[in-house]
Amino acid sequence: MASRIEILNEGGYRSDGRRQYELRSITIDLTPQGTADGSALITHGLTQVLVSVFGPREAKMRRETLHDRANVNVEVGVAPFSTGERRRRGRGDKRILEFASTIKSTFEPVIQTTLYPRSQIDIYIQILQQDGSVLPACINGTTLALITAGVPLLDFICCISGGVHSTHPLLDLTTLEENDVPSVSVGVMPKTGRVVLVSLETRLHVDRFEEVCRVAWEAGKVLHGEMRKAVRERTGGLVDAMGGVAGAGGAGRGGPGEGDGDERMVDY
Amino acid sequence: MVNITIRKRPQTDAVITQRKFFKKTARGKVIKGKERYLRDDVSCGIQGCTACPDSARNTLPAAGDLAHNLFPNGHFLLPDTNVFLSQMDLIESNLFTSPIILLQTVLEEVRHRSLPLHNRLKALITADDKQVWVFYNEFRSETAIVRDEDETPNDRNDRGIRKGTAWYGTHITLSHRPIRGQPSRPSPKVVLLTDDAANRRKAEQEGLTCLSVRKYVEGMKEATQLLDLLSAAGGDEVEPTRSVAARSALYPEYLPSSTVMAGVKAGQLHQGHFNANQYNYLEGSVSVPAFTKPILLVGRENMNRSVHGDVVAVEVFPESEWKAPADEVVDQETTLKNDDAEDSEEEGEGDEVIDKERKVLGTGEASGRVAAERQPTGRVVGIIKRNWRAYVCHIDSTSLSSTHTTSLSLQTVFATPTSRLLPRIRLRTRQAPTLLSQKILVTIDKWDIASRYPEGHFVRALGKVESKEAEQESLLLEFDVPYRPFGKAILDCLPVEGDKWVVPVKSESSVEWRGREDFREMIICSIDPPGCQDIDDALHARRLPNGNIEAGVHIADVSHFVHPDTPMDSEAAARGTTVYLVDKRIDMLPSLLGTNLCSLRPHVERLAFSVIWELSPDAEIVNVKFTKSVIASKAAFTYEEAQIRKDDPNLHDELTESIRLLNSLAIKLKAGRMAAGALNLASPEVKIQMDSAESSDPIDVEQKQLRETNSLVEEFMLLANISVARRIQETFPQTAVLRRHMPPPRTNFEKLQDILKKRKGLALDVSSSGALAASLDKCIDASEPAFNTLVRIMATRCMLSAEYFCSGSVGRDTFGHYGLATPIYTHFTSPIRRYADVLAHRQLSASIDYTPLHATLHSKPHVERVLEVVNRRHRMAQMAGRASVEFYVGLALKGRKEKQGGQVREDAFVIRTFRNGLGVFVSKLGIEGLVMFKRDIQFDAENYTITIPASLPGTQDVTIAVFDKVVVDIEVEKDKNTQRGRVKMTLASPINSSAM
Ligand SMILES: [Zn+2]
Repeated sequence: MASRIEILNEGGYRSDGRRQYELRSITIDLTPQGTADGSALITHGLTQVLVSVFGPREAKMRRETLHDRANVNVEVGVAPFSTGERRRRGRGDKRILEFASTIKSTFEPVIQTTLYPRSQIDIYIQILQQDGSVLPACINGTTLALITAGVPLLDFICCISGGVHSTHPLLDLTTLEENDVPSVSVGVMPKTGRVVLVSLETRLHVDRFEEVCRVAWEAGKVLHGEMRKAVRERTGGLVDAMGGVAGAGGAGRGGPGEGDGDERMVDY
Repeated sequence: MVNITIRKRPQTDAVITQRKFFKKTARGKVIKGKERYLRDDVSCGIQGCTACPDSARNTLPAAGDLAHNLFPNGHFLLPDTNVFLSQMDLIESNLFTSPIILLQTVLEEVRHRSLPLHNRLKALITADDKQVWVFYNEFRSETAIVRDEDETPNDRNDRGIRKGTAWYGTHITLSHRPIRGQPSRPSPKVVLLTDDAANRRKAEQEGLTCLSVRKYVEGMKEATQLLDLLSAAGGDEVEPTRSVAARSALYPEYLPSSTVMAGVKAGQLHQGHFNANQYNYLEGSVSVPAFTKPILLVGRENMNRSVHGDVVAVEVFPESEWKAPADEVVDQETTLKNDDAEDSEEEGEGDEVIDKERKVLGTGEASGRVAAERQPTGRVVGIIKRNWRAYVCHIDSTSLSSTHTTSLSLQTVFATPTSRLLPRIRLRTRQAPTLLSQKILVTIDKWDIASRYPEGHFVRALGKVESKEAEQESLLLEFDVPYRPFGKAILDCLPVEGDKWVVPVKSESSVEWRGREDFREMIICSIDPPGCQDIDDALHARRLPNGNIEAGVHIADVSHFVHPDTPMDSEAAARGTTVYLVDKRIDMLPSLLGTNLCSLRPHVERLAFSVIWELSPDAEIVNVKFTKSVIASKAAFTYEEAQIRKDDPNLHDELTESIRLLNSLAIKLKAGRMAAGALNLASPEVKIQMDSAESSDPIDVEQKQLRETNSLVEEFMLLANISVARRIQETFPQTAVLRRHMPPPRTNFEKLQDILKKRKGLALDVSSSGALAASLDKCIDASEPAFNTLVRIMATRCMLSAEYFCSGSVGRDTFGHYGLATPIYTHFTSPIRRYADVLAHRQLSASIDYTPLHATLHSKPHVERVLEVVNRRHRMAQMAGRASVEFYVGLALKGRKEKQGGQVREDAFVIRTFRNGLGVFVSKLGIEGLVMFKRDIQFDAENYTITIPASLPGTQDVTIAVFDKVVVDIEVEKDKNTQRGRVKMTLASPINSSAM
């Protein structure tokens, strides 16, 4: 009975106690996961996403090999326990495929793929818990995982969702809010201020759209501060532990390629 | 620029919320928990508070309220949820001025329990004369609580409310610093208001100040007045907020259909149409052949989910349990206004609604009603046929949980049908906010035994309320009038020449002229209302050399164009009749026929079907002849023109003489009819005056004028119909299409007779139509000429309605037409606009061997089937027409009010008395209305009077009886919630009731 909860009450509070422009608690964990070259476990409130990046490594499938740049491959998995109704979504689920392709096309122009011709970068995203703003969490997680993997990016991509209740913009929506108000996800590159992603799943009046985009764009910069802080802390930790951990990320790479014997590019 | 921040969730709370993120419900469904961000910047709302941020917007006075006896140092009131649920009237009173702290916990609980109450509460928060502060205790770190493992939601909320009260206590002492130089005053108290004794006990143990509502009100300054507003439901024994009761059945199950059919066959059960009572939604009736009076169904359970128009099976209670119909107006919107659309689980027994309804039903019993008024009473045990369709509704705005037009959430809301005969319909929609001010179409899908209301779904929006298009379309839908444009297949049935079609030149070989008489030279004219386009009848009369008179009625020969078993014919049969609304006509036949080729326009040759009589100078029929013909009308008069012409002594032309001749015959015909016992009935007829053709804004309402020439046309049409009826019945005794009016059962008149006897000392003899006519003539009040018309209107309502029937389907002794006092009758004279007339034309044509009769008109079942549809359409068309007039009367009232400023004031007659109001009839506007009293009035059911007790010493009690003439103020009031316009009347004389 979601409709019995007020999205924004007369006191200016949202149903979880936040005000309009308050983002949920964000935690970022960049500790390496398994054999991945880079990984990020990010939570926005109760939404939790784990992103693992492999590569750049030798392209395995000839069909997908690009001779002038690296191929970016994105796969998204949704944990069956991630939502209220426990249900399994196959990899072929149309919504998930669409989701993956959104992420792929968002990052392709930002990753400096031309540095790695004939190779591939695999991004595996596990959605562990969903409570709204899943796309932003995936984008932010991917940014962080790519950075930890050492993949060169033109800039961060910081993504946040926004919605409009009546005429009031809201930031960082929960599932409850997404069900009730029209929402948009906005991804920005904070350095240049360029907007690289706007994803709108519901109808939104053009006047409202402009306003919520502007607020989300501002929020992207706040988010950037948080993400940069996490990266800095990790880098600091790495510097401290220099030597011991350095080679750990490479373990998975040496597998026999079905290959054309091209020399694999090394980290820059 | 906005300030964007990231909230950090407190670590401890994070653990709790994380743990609760997934929660397994009893049904095994995993539901998702909710995150909560606690904060310290939630303001207490007390002016001048030094501890809270942003105190400028605070609304609570620093010292609280100083007027209460028990709290000389000031206090704030902190009511619990039940106080708002059961004592809203008290809190809404403008005498109730205490500053109120409304906890978020309470506000949300009210929202979950009743949206209408929640909306009233929200109105209080913003009201200028109230001091209500919402404290978001669930978001403030000190007052937020988490439900314990073994705690019920109610206990958790009560604990939260107590915690909030305690926090306010300490917060006030901390922030309430004494002003320098003044002696420090003790801080104001925070009073927890609750009628839950257990909660009060706990609160007292925790050292909180705590009172019951009654105790609190007793200490207030305006206690005497306020105590009256205390709701009985809020006694001290009231249970804490009732937890969601198991879904229990509100209605009995229906019997299996085989049992029902067997019961009906065996005579144990009775089958009939369910009729809802427009004055009282808790009452309905079913007319069945076995009883002269309809079977009464009292209360929801006994009506058992019947909807107006359903065919139901009824079981009759033993005679000792029979009841009289209630004498109170019970409005569904008022009684059920706080009922919630969403929580069907809450519709169990012991509900406030049920209590309220019981009370309403109980009053009838207590008043010791006259035994004579008792009628068979029973309950619905099965549905034989549902007649559900799409209903025109409005969304009730108070049933919405979100009214923001951006909201996409699925809401359960109430749709209130425009018709008072229908129950509210529960509806789930995502577009509720955008539908608020629209008329919408809703169909009922089902009605479960556990659901108080039927459930339905949204079909489409018709447009803005009060826009003419929306009102018009909704009217057509409401009365099920087919109004789509004619399709190609139908239009293809029209003559290929289109409007160029003419009667061909007379010749031996012409098909049209075969067997037709040439009446083109005859002095024929038509007389119709002004602006009439579908002229289907014309007349003539001339003296014969033998001293007798030849009179003719010429009817448009529609059956020449509309052939049986064609798409056009089927469509006309399905439409049954043309429907006349105030500003629109929905044709039965394409307009090329109706307003052109079949319309007997002047100076144009037209095909006709003529009835020619030879009448003696005393208007006795000497001879009658039916023939197809070709005529060329010489003039098309309005009633007024014809009248003026007839009355002008200087005119002696053939046309005028013809009209005079017809008129003199009509007078004799009418006299003959009256002598035979025909009734001169009355129904309220008004005419809407339009400003101009384009704006179609009504400017005023006036009563229709009746002239001699109206009667002239009417008499000859009746004569034609009777003559044709005799002829087709002779030729086709099994399948003739006839029309009859059954004599009403005597019991229908009992009430009217009793009222007349008691109020006016008049007697009504209903032994026959003749006796009734004679006694109606004697119902005269010398001082009030309109009284007679009023009695006629009321008598008309006691009668049955006329109907078409197939001659072979009923007994020969039941052919009679009661109102016209003729043994046989049919409809022949308006084939352009009535389908029964088309059938009569075909049968008459066959009876004079002009055309063979189509096989379908030899078939009794076919004729029965067609006539059943036509009867229904006919009824609906009448109602649609009336509703359209009503709508325009409403608009005209509004217009008049705007022009004159202030009220529309009119004379009215009292036609009914209720326990809580009067039914009045405003003859000048042709409308009926209710005058309702909120105050207690004395009601004398036996003598049909109400008495309004004197309100001030020195004034007199005022007694009003049925038939009294009163003056009413009329306004069209829009229901705040549903936007439905309704006529509201208040008495202006003999007493002003606007404040009652
Ligand atoms: Zn404070």
